[in-house]
Amino acid sequence: MRFQFVLGEVFSGLRRNTTMVVAVVLVTFVSLTFVGAGALLQAQIGKLKDDWYDKVEVSVFLCPQGTTAAPSCAGGEATEDQIEALREVIRTELSGEVSKVWFESKQQAFAAFEERYPDGFQGTQLTEEDMQASLRLKLTDAEQVAVVSDVLSGRDGVEVVADQRAVFEPLFRTLNVATLLAAGLAGVMLLAAVLLITTTIRLSAVSRRKETEIMRLVGASNLFIQLPFLLEGALAAVLGSLLAGGGLWLAVRFMVTDWLERSVDWVAYVSEVDVFRVAPLLVVVAVALAALSSFFTLNRYTRI
Amino acid sequence: MIRFENVSKVYARGARPALDRVSVDVERGEFVFLVGASGSGKSTFLSLVLREQRPTRGRVYVAGRDVANLSGWRVPTLRRQLGVVFQDFRLLQNKTVHENVAFALQVIGKPRHVIRDTVPEVLEMVGLAGKGKRMPTELSGGEQQRAAIARAIVNRPQILLADEPTGNLDPTTSLGIMRLLDRINRTGTTVVMATHDDEIVNEMRRRVVELSDGVVVRDEARGGYGEREAILPDVGASPVLDAPGSGTRVPAQPVRGS
Repeated sequence: MRFQFVLGEVFSGLRRNTTMVVAVVLVTFVSLTFVGAGALLQAQIGKLKDDWYDKVEVSVFLCPQGTTAAPSCAGGEATEDQIEALREVIRTELSGEVSKVWFESKQQAFAAFEERYPDGFQGTQLTEEDMQASLRLKLTDAEQVAVVSDVLSGRDGVEVVADQRAVFEPLFRTLNVATLLAAGLAGVMLLAAVLLITTTIRLSAVSRRKETEIMRLVGASNLFIQLPFLLEGALAAVLGSLLAGGGLWLAVRFMVTDWLERSVDWVAYVSEVDVFRVAPLLVVVAVALAALSSFFTLNRYTRI
Repeated sequence: MIRFENVSKVYARGARPALDRVSVDVERGEFVFLVGASGSGKSTFLSLVLREQRPTRGRVYVAGRDVANLSGWRVPTLRRQLGVVFQDFRLLQNKTVHENVAFALQVIGKPRHVIRDTVPEVLEMVGLAGKGKRMPTELSGGEQQRAAIARAIVNRPQILLADEPTGNLDPTTSLGIMRLLDRINRTGTTVVMATHDDEIVNEMRRRVVELSDGVVVRDEARGGYGEREAILPDVGASPVLDAPGSGTRVPAQPVRGS
């Protein structure tokens, strides 16, 4: 009874205020799309970084099985002795530059690889033997990458000394700026959304002044009087967040999965799974927005 | 049932109090007329009972509760024991008579079968049997007030407050409303009615509490409305045209500089 009655009130309120409700839905839709886009950009950055990215500056990839173009790998896969020699060089010659050394075996590399690319890489299924072992170096001073690279490059058993940051850092900077931009726009739009929800609730309360007046007088509880307004705002905001989730899904589906992934296929991209991870967050933000606006409005307009 | 102990209500600091040390005691089942000129404090009295206002000083007890110190979340419980009727009926225009009465029960969470049983009963009691499907605009003023009374009593309140319920009605219709209120009173409901209608007060011979400038000036068990000023005070023939103090007419004079 109560539930049905409240729902009836909610829908009559939504009908009466259609234009405002549509405005709320659209504004929350746009603002939450920006919020979601920011979240997806950050997720993309996370996908591009491997497990070592934040820990080390230099990765020394050791010669894998089989032949490679590097002349230092003419002797085939790096041997235990070569690895120990490299460690010795790092200990002695680079003691001032390198603060910490990790060794990643082929097995560990394969485990990490499987985690990043659960569906295989570029359509091929690789095995542990396709992986290469590496030494991961943390530097005392991140600027010393060139020195370390000079010392270690070309030594027996070293295929390549990679400074991943040189490649990815500019890209990450771009993505971070884009995230900031999205967050800024989202902030402005969220503010607009809050103001709009507030206005909608106020309008709704004014247009139903007579009802609420009677409700007060016959002893309806505060919650019962305010619930329809609360639900109206929340419903509109949630609708907006669902639209935002849908929009992001479409964008990822057609722009990333169907297009980007086909043209540039060596990168791990955000997928629809990530959208489904972000969407509930958007709904939560929408509900929080509505609750916040209602809290400030209702006590002023429907007090007992 | 209603007890005012030295109640004062001041709306704005420094202003004349709307109620000034008012003490009134209304027993269970009584019928009380609240009379007095506009601005004498009748409406303030009623809104204090409803706890729409809190007294500035003094205590108000309604149905055994100290209303002045009642916390906000308990106010609805208090109001469920009160019924209110207004001069302007305050029916919801987009709902039928039946829906208007049912609304009062729906919003306090009464189950549907209770509403289905009670509403027609109450409509019959107020003389609107068979008119539940009408919209308020399709009813006469008297019928609208009956619908409003039905809404006020449908939850069987202990007290019925009426703020000039006959103010918008002609004398014959008013009489019907008064009979209805009297009947409700006879079922044990305490009725407090603010009114300007001297005919009704004189006819009913019930307790009369008269307020003037926020003070109780009269509290009679079976009172009449009291003296009313004459509409045209008897100050002699054409007092406006007669210059005070003389019997001669003063001729009009042109104003200087015009």
